[in-house]
Amino acid sequence: MTETKELVKKLADKYGRARESLMPILQGVIEEERFVSSEAMTEIARELDIASAEVYGTATFYSFLDTQPRGKYVIRVCKTITCDMHGKKKVIEKIEDLLKIKLGETTQDKKFTLLTTNCLGWCHQGPVMLINSTPYPSLDENKVTEIIMDYMSK
Amino acid sequence: MENLKRVDLIFGAYTNEKYKVLESTLKKSSEQIITEMINSGLKGRGGAGFLTGLKWKFTAQESEPTKYVVCNADEGEPGTFKDREILTKVPRKVFSGMAICGKAIGAKKGYMYLRGEYQYLLPDLMAELDVYHEHAKRFNHDFTIEIRMGSGAYICGEESALFESIEGKRGEPRNKPPYPTVSGVFSKPTVINNVETFVNAVMIMKYGAEEFKKLGTSDSRGSKVFSISGDTPKAGIHELELGMTLADFVAEFGDGDTKAVQVGGASGFCVPRKKFNETIIGFEGVPTGGSMMLFNSSRSMYNVLHNYLDFFEEESCGQCTPCRVGCQQLLKGIHAVKKGEKPSSYLNQLLQLSDTMKITAKCGLGQSVANSFSSIVENFKEEMIY
Amino acid sequence: MAEIVKINIDGIALEVTKGTSILDAAKSVNVKIPTLCYHEDLCVAGNCRVCVVEVEGRKNLVASCAAPAEQGMVIKTTTPKVRRARTDIISLLVSEHNTQCTTCYRSTNCELQSLAAEYNVDSERYLSVLKPNIQVDKSSYSIEKDDSKCVRCQRCVRTCAELQHVNAITVAHKGRDMKISTFMELPMNEVVCVNCGQCVTHCPTGALTERRYYHEIWEAIGDPDKHVVINTAPSVRVALGEMLGYPVGTRVTGKMVTALKKIGFDSVLDTDFTADLTIIEEGHEFLQRVTKALKHKEKVALPMITSCSPGWVKFIEHMYPDHLDHLSPCKSPHQMFGALTKTFYAQKIGVDPSKIVSVAAMPCAAKKFEANRPEMKSSGYQDVDAGLTTREIGQMIKQSGLDFVNLPDSNYDSYMGESSGAAVIFGATGGVMEAALRTVYEVVTGREVPFKNLAITPVRGLEGIKEATIKLENVVPEYSFLEGAEVKVAIAHGLKNARVIMDQIKNGTSPYLFIEIMACPGGCIGGGGQPIPTNDEIRKKRIAAIYAEDEGMPIRKSHEVPEIKKIYETYLEKPLGHKSHELLHTHYKKRNRY
Ligand SMILES: Cc1cc2nc3c(=O)[nH]c(=O)nc-3n(C[C@H](O)[C@H](O)[C@H](O)COP(=O)(O)O)c2cc1C
Ligand code: SF4
Ligand code: SF4
Ligand code: SF4
Ligand code: SF4
Ligand code: FES
Ligand code: FES
Repeated sequence: MTETKELVKKLADKYGRARESLMPILQGVIEEERFVSSEAMTEIARELDIASAEVYGTATFYSFLDTQPRGKYVIRVCKTITCDMHGKKKVIEKIEDLLKIKLGETTQDKKFTLLTTNCLGWCHQGPVMLINSTPYPSLDENKVTEIIMDYMSK
Repeated sequence: MENLKRVDLIFGAYTNEKYKVLESTLKKSSEQIITEMINSGLKGRGGAGFLTGLKWKFTAQESEPTKYVVCNADEGEPGTFKDREILTKVPRKVFSGMAICGKAIGAKKGYMYLRGEYQYLLPDLMAELDVYHEHAKRFNHDFTIEIRMGSGAYICGEESALFESIEGKRGEPRNKPPYPTVSGVFSKPTVINNVETFVNAVMIMKYGAEEFKKLGTSDSRGSKVFSISGDTPKAGIHELELGMTLADFVAEFGDGDTKAVQVGGASGFCVPRKKFNETIIGFEGVPTGGSMMLFNSSRSMYNVLHNYLDFFEEESCGQCTPCRVGCQQLLKGIHAVKKGEKPSSYLNQLLQLSDTMKITAKCGLGQSVANSFSSIVENFKEEMIY
Repeated sequence: MAEIVKINIDGIALEVTKGTSILDAAKSVNVKIPTLCYHEDLCVAGNCRVCVVEVEGRKNLVASCAAPAEQGMVIKTTTPKVRRARTDIISLLVSEHNTQCTTCYRSTNCELQSLAAEYNVDSERYLSVLKPNIQVDKSSYSIEKDDSKCVRCQRCVRTCAELQHVNAITVAHKGRDMKISTFMELPMNEVVCVNCGQCVTHCPTGALTERRYYHEIWEAIGDPDKHVVINTAPSVRVALGEMLGYPVGTRVTGKMVTALKKIGFDSVLDTDFTADLTIIEEGHEFLQRVTKALKHKEKVALPMITSCSPGWVKFIEHMYPDHLDHLSPCKSPHQMFGALTKTFYAQKIGVDPSKIVSVAAMPCAAKKFEANRPEMKSSGYQDVDAGLTTREIGQMIKQSGLDFVNLPDSNYDSYMGESSGAAVIFGATGGVMEAALRTVYEVVTGREVPFKNLAITPVRGLEGIKEATIKLENVVPEYSFLEGAEVKVAIAHGLKNARVIMDQIKNGTSPYLFIEIMACPGGCIGGGGQPIPTNDEIRKKRIAAIYAEDEGMPIRKSHEVPEIKKIYETYLEKPLGHKSHELLHTHYKKRNRY
């Protein structure tokens, strides 16, 4: 069994094989692999005994359930109104600069992916970003540099 | 400050003994709890403002034995972050509220649907949940709570989409009727309430409906947790009594140059300066789930609207025509007018379209796009054109 | 007891049972409300919002397909508010659409087109938000998918899931990017699609169509070197008329044959001939299995299941690959026909098989795929060069300019033009079973089936799964081991029902000996290649026409057809013989389920 298959099986054992377990299982795959590969989806379909197309349809509905390969650290910068007003553009440009990638891209070493997202619920402390599931509020160019540098050395 | 009453209900300290309010409430009958809730006049804090007591009553009346309680912690409305604060500071009150509701309607299971963006809260919430389950057991209250996570889809805050999501499907809103009180999650009678609503329920149980009613106005009982952001020196969470005028609010929270306030998030209304005096914050005026975004005169309202429409175009579930295509048309339309590719009169056609969306869209998302669209376009027309 | 509610629609007071949708209530008093995402066969989606109406006292309009009538409702269906909203919604759909009606296969039979025309929408009202660079997926032999013409009504997805339990297609993404997609957006030929074409007949627009082959056939007809033969399936003759000006349920057999001859087919033959042949082969196969099992106590796969529906065959290959031995080895009738056309028939008329183009006129989309299966080359050539749908045949007749209604009737050509009523009823669900029973019962007992007028009524009708038990008494000596036996049979149509049957087999709880399964609801008369629309009302009328055709036939049992007897005498030797295996039987392939 490949690693992905094992992971899916483990998650299905943990959450059960009813349809309602689909989200927790997809989330579990993201947690480990940062995206849900075609292999993972086929395997989930097999475990839950549903069509792979349904797994795909469900996964693509949710913006955090990426079906494209992503880096080890997925950075999502809030682009909604108050973060926009308070300088999300500069933050994104800074990250692009640091990682030498454009928005939507993944670094060559597969370590970082840079995306935007909608309101993260930190509007009073925008701009804000998530790195995987950790929020980083009150960003400016200096702060974001510090954070990214820190991750780069991880 | 004298015109705004600060309150410390929601975030007030826990009782000395854990789950004390729950313990005492469990001694009451289901009818007593529901009557108290109805008497309090509490309206839902998630935005729609339905009477919470009635919702509980309808669900309690259903003959189907399996029922559910769902806590809507999907907080995705731009400019709203109060549920996060509540879940960070007083999760015990939220779980207590759910458990009380479980008692009232006769449910044995509750779900909290937590947005994926708040996953970092999960370890603390799980720890508190253990404490809850321990106490529920001690109180002989057969009501367990499970946390389900969202994964980045604003529409899953809409109740029926949320149910679909819990069931492991795409978060596409359902047809209504049937309403959740009859057929909710797993097609069983369900009470779904906002995080803050559950906390209010606990406060009503603690202090009584009469005390609760002393706060707010006849249409808007109680206090409200506001998420205040934008051009304000006092951005953050503030618990205030309902029923104030926007002018008073701006006097307290504005930066001295406030040109407009967006009340209720992207799906709420934009109120321009000239209407601050006449606008009341509450169910009798402009309702809000708590989001208040202030804009000063340096802001382009075109950009604000553009940002909202961009949000809706992405976050619509996409199933129904008026919303899926309508959002794209509104966005593309204001862009075309701004660039001079369409005459300014095209805005009137877009206003009519937003009206069509309001009366024909399948769910609240598509229906409420018109709120911000028309209130911004009508009040800031010149900013849309030039 | 059903509760009754009083409502008022456009000034008409009426009473309906509680829970009736406003749409259905309106229909009952002849108030027509336009719809798009609604389809009688499917669960209500309520997503197009075209069907909105005004309910007194409500600010918002109400989607009539999804909203139940409630006591005291006063409903208005044509107020200016309603009209404006509908016009707006249709305009929005058009703005998202690749409106190319002049060249679209569904033109004049498209629900979006007629709505847009009815409401006379201004195509310039909104800016175009059609997604750029949409590629038409032509990878499948059967189904073409063109997202640029999709209105996102999800009818196809509901069809594939609810009626067929295949789920080859799904709704993917959200918001402006929402679309109908396969797993990982793979081409249609790489997914579990069984090619049944039900999504096509349920699609309101030209977004899903069958892959067309009639251009090639016109070319072949025009080529003097080619001998072009067509055989027509039983369901085509009871549905084709719908496209050519006849009411639903009209039999147009004779005119169809004339039209095809006039179009220039060198020979117009009847698929019924090989349907009868199927009965002989399948009936003997069944008796052979039963004999092995009951008399010799050997292990054979029972129940035996029919294999004349290629959509069903691909379904079992994907979904139940471990149970393929239950399938009858018989090819579907038109494949038998193809194989015989390029062997037996070629020999008879003295034409080089390489010059023969064999065409099958079918109610089916799956036969296109089947014709292209690599194993379907038992004549040494591709046995069937093209499977055309009823719709394509209708289109060809229109293109030919023939005045169809005023054509005289003609008879099928021979060879392979004779057949029985038993073959005709192949077109309706239960028909294959009935035909088989008419023959098998007689073989085993020496008497006709004990049903009035040979109509085995328990196997007829639109119920999803039908059962019948036939008691065998006073059997002929050869089958003495069957004396007193009760043969339990089942019929399923629509792959949703096939799943129920197969799960029983999988669990070892199937009580049946013989099962008929058809991929399409209603059987072939409701096939994926039939005229659009198809719904239960239409299915019933087509079925009635099928049974009427049967009753009008001089021969009603497959084994009594002289040409069938003769082909065994002169060519095939005996049922299940060497030649049969070579030409009439096939084998199956395990496919991937996910
Ligand atoms: C698009 C949309 C998003 C919503 N998001 C939320 C949300 O994030 N949180 C919430 O409590 N209610 C949300 N609602 C409202 C819910 O559908 C529902 O009315 C609410 O959870 C009921 O709880 P309440 O009565 O306590 O307010 C949303 C509604 C719509 C239409
Ligand atoms: S209004 Fe928008 S979000 Fe709601 S059902 Fe329609 S498309 Fe989905
Ligand atoms: S699908 Fe219908 S509306 Fe679209 S091009 Fe074809 S006929 Fe015209
Ligand atoms: S042809 Fe049949 S199996 Fe294939 S997508 Fe359409 S409905 Fe599904
Ligand atoms: S392909 Fe056809 S049936 Fe499917 S959603 Fe599009 S228009 Fe509707
Ligand atoms: S707008 Fe960025 S967190 Fe809310
Ligand atoms: S037909 Fe009623 S919403 Fe589509």
